[in-house]
Amino acid sequence: MEYFLQQLINGITLGAIYGLIAIGYTMVYGIIGMINFAHGDIYMLGAFFALIAYLAATTMGGGSVAFGLMAALLATMLFTSLWGWAVERLAYRPLRGAPRLAPLISAIGMSIVLQNFTQLTQGARVKPLQPVIHGGVTLLKANGFAVSLSWLQITIVLVTVALMLVFTWVITRTPLGRAQRATEQDMKMAALLGVNVDRVISTTFVIGAALASVAGLMVTLYYGVIDFYIGFLAGIKAFTAAVLGGIGSLPGAMLGGLAIGLIEALWSGYFSIEYKDVAAFSILVLVLLFRPSGLLGRPEVEKI
Amino acid sequence: MLRVEGLHSGYGRIEALHGIDLDVAAGEIVALIGANGAGKTTLLGTLCGSPRATKGRVLLDGADITRLPTHRIARMGLAHCPEGRHIFPRMSVLENLQMGAAFGDPRHFAGDLERVLALFPRLGERLHQRGGTLSGGEQQMLAIGRALMSRPRLLLLDEPSLGLAPLVVRQIFELVARINRDEKMTVFLVEQNAFHALKLAHRAHVMVNGRITLSGSGADLLSNREIRAHYLEGGAA
Repeated sequence: MEYFLQQLINGITLGAIYGLIAIGYTMVYGIIGMINFAHGDIYMLGAFFALIAYLAATTMGGGSVAFGLMAALLATMLFTSLWGWAVERLAYRPLRGAPRLAPLISAIGMSIVLQNFTQLTQGARVKPLQPVIHGGVTLLKANGFAVSLSWLQITIVLVTVALMLVFTWVITRTPLGRAQRATEQDMKMAALLGVNVDRVISTTFVIGAALASVAGLMVTLYYGVIDFYIGFLAGIKAFTAAVLGGIGSLPGAMLGGLAIGLIEALWSGYFSIEYKDVAAFSILVLVLLFRPSGLLGRPEVEKI
Repeated sequence: MLRVEGLHSGYGRIEALHGIDLDVAAGEIVALIGANGAGKTTLLGTLCGSPRATKGRVLLDGADITRLPTHRIARMGLAHCPEGRHIFPRMSVLENLQMGAAFGDPRHFAGDLERVLALFPRLGERLHQRGGTLSGGEQQMLAIGRALMSRPRLLLLDEPSLGLAPLVVRQIFELVARINRDEKMTVFLVEQNAFHALKLAHRAHVMVNGRITLSGSGADLLSNREIRAHYLEGGAA
């Protein structure tokens, strides 16, 4: 029981991170029907920007952790968004209106470009970061097993929940979110009502990249090591989360992320850690067999 | 208000409009009738920049809008209710109306909403229902209401009667007449339902294979023998 609780906590933490990345996949798919395979690498860039900004800020700010974290958060959101925007502008927008396969291949190309760029400029070795947020609380102690909840885990979950609340509010309540949903549901009509569709699509990429960059920062803090290749597996996992939740559905991406995180943590806890990825993907296959449009996705039915 | 000069347009290498000239004056209802595939919808699309005109000009109050992007044309006061209505299906009726007013002065919103709901009381009853759950007639009302929310200079209506029951069609046409009369709204109407369109319109044009073949007042065209034979056989709806 105690062990289960501990894995639950670990799973929720991991799920929060996947959920943040998954939103980027699902939003882009919703609006232009494309899988942005470079999104995992955008997240990887986010981790690098966060690490660099944290080290720079703590050096300049006299080692203040709070200042360093704030600087890392703002810097990575800013720079990663800029990259997300640029990727769309350079690699996807010129292919608008092309067959669906073309931007997909462009996205894979962009993914390779970002990985190699990071490898060349930052080196191929893993970059370590000393633990920044220490300690935590012990929830309960029984049968010689202590269930602990670290401050870092609490921070990750709280930041994620706060971001998701703000994000949901933007999408459902603000004119920007309304334009975003209108473009997603009927791009042509949105343009006829005066919506600058290209700008809405850019904004979608910027929001997705900003959320992924926060995930990048949190992973850097949580695991303490990053390298140029972390975007691949995290990207695939988050993509799986988006599909599991129902691609195109925002609550689905959050739920899917949580589900993938829990499956992974529980599987590694009770079975074997080597097969945790297999478990996550197997659940995906099982869910899609019975609910082809994902947990919260809606089937594509067009009423004429 | 609207002036179209020698407009050519089409899809890829296939030209659908071969030199269209027409104009719409402020306060008028002008109808364009013609068979399926004559190019009526293409003309309305070209006015809004999609597809692009290959030759010719579109002037809105003297300003050349031929090469502007679609969203800029919309913000200049050309409101298009496209064929098939294109309601945002997973947004509420209110949100659909808000989208219509997205680029207007927010101070006008409350007053405009009241006006539109007075014209279409049914929309008021369904304000928080999803657009996709409305009936066809209600969707058409919502499409027109959404267009009015932008305070357009010119309202483009593409086949507002499409797929609606005769009684609802009559209702919609009466509303268009009322909007034109009470709000001084200029309307350019594309219709296959020639009888209703010609009765409503001050002036009308007939389009055949991408060209305008006949023009005149609504009443003239309505009594024209050729028109009666081609577009009104089967009699009045």
